Amino acid sequence: MNYNFRFNALAPYTGEILRGISLTLQLTCLTMAIALVIGLFMALARMSDNRVLNVAARVYVEAIRNTPLLVQLFIVFFGLPSLGIRLDAYLAAVIGLSINVGAYASEILRAGIQSIRPSQVEAGRALGMTAGQTFRSVVLFPAVKAVYPALASQFVLLLLATSVVSSLGVGELFHQATFIDSRTYRSFESYALITVTYLVLTLGFRALFSLVYWLVFVRRPRA
Amino acid sequence: MIRELGLNDIVYLLEASRWTVALALIAILAGGVLGLIVAVLRIVSFKPANWLAIGYINLIQGTPLLGQLFIFFFGLPLFGIQIGAWEAAALALSINASAFLGEIWRGSLQSVSPRQWEAGAALGLTYWQRLTSVILPQAVRISIAPTVGYLMQLVKDTSLTALIGFIELTRASQILSAATFKPLQVYGLAAIVYFVICFSLSRLSEHLEKRTHAAR
Repeated sequence: MNYNFRFNALAPYTGEILRGISLTLQLTCLTMAIALVIGLFMALARMSDNRVLNVAARVYVEAIRNTPLLVQLFIVFFGLPSLGIRLDAYLAAVIGLSINVGAYASEILRAGIQSIRPSQVEAGRALGMTAGQTFRSVVLFPAVKAVYPALASQFVLLLLATSVVSSLGVGELFHQATFIDSRTYRSFESYALITVTYLVLTLGFRALFSLVYWLVFVRRPRA
Repeated sequence: MIRELGLNDIVYLLEASRWTVALALIAILAGGVLGLIVAVLRIVSFKPANWLAIGYINLIQGTPLLGQLFIFFFGLPLFGIQIGAWEAAALALSINASAFLGEIWRGSLQSVSPRQWEAGAALGLTYWQRLTSVILPQAVRISIAPTVGYLMQLVKDTSLTALIGFIELTRASQILSAATFKPLQVYGLAAIVYFVICFSLSRLSEHLEKRTHAAR
């Protein structure tokens, strides 16, 4: 092999990489927040006695979970304009990702809500807790504890999935690799560096989430 | 040249989806062989092997599949290995799958109670007999449903190979969309094809899971 790896050729693009990281994190956090709201409503719809709501939530979850994110993004970004809905790339990415993650979040939240049995509330009330105390310590705290690990790994999956929106031209982290590649012609170095950057981000977030779990749920157990 | 969307185009998409299915099958087979090695390295009682497997799993699961695809696509030619989009796609997806399958199968192996090893020993079975006639039959049964579930994930993952130019269902839709200028219909059609494949696989996985639990 007679190829000289030149990672220092990428050094002038530190600013682009940092901008990419910042946009990726922004995209991930914004999407996660919207997806949790969508997920909560869909989980409630799924558990309601209203047949229409129930079926609608089911169709939504199945349609999203059984089709690839990339195709969903293409439908939002390239398909919707033919219905007169024109979105810029960033907005299309946020909408596409939120709709996608919302389906997964709704399943996680549904499992969390269903993990709380009515008898637990009755037990809390029988012990003399007020309605507020019961909700906080017997319903909310165990439910959050139950869904926390799944939501944390969903967050990391989302962080990695945001790389797909580079195909719409959103200037997040992965798109910066394409940009640097086009400027330096150092394809391998560009993609390798960006991929390792994702690794650092995901390992960092996993460590952070574990720390928070330990601080909140393990160190002073209340549930 | 803009033309109408016709029956031929639907046939074109269906033909391209053969490559989607082929890629997913290759990845589950090649990734399965590698994944088995990962699962074994992860559970043998030899620490360095465990660390190696954990490092490998973290590396693969901690980076985007898109990055892995590009690294293989641009990286291997630097080592004098000339590969096209097809080989890079198959290689990256197989390696990606091996990390996930390794974890699924480790879970299946570990979900068989260690008491069964002891029970086998008490009956005078050798290590190999215990593994092949006591542990593995149960572990394999437990692993079938999640493995089929993961195959559905793989089918969706193959869509990303469109971005390195491999012509499967998603790339074919991009080409067709550019030719007919009907993106909503074309991508909608692609989504329906993916849905049919993936929904069948996820229902199959659910069915298998119910059957496994009913038998126990």
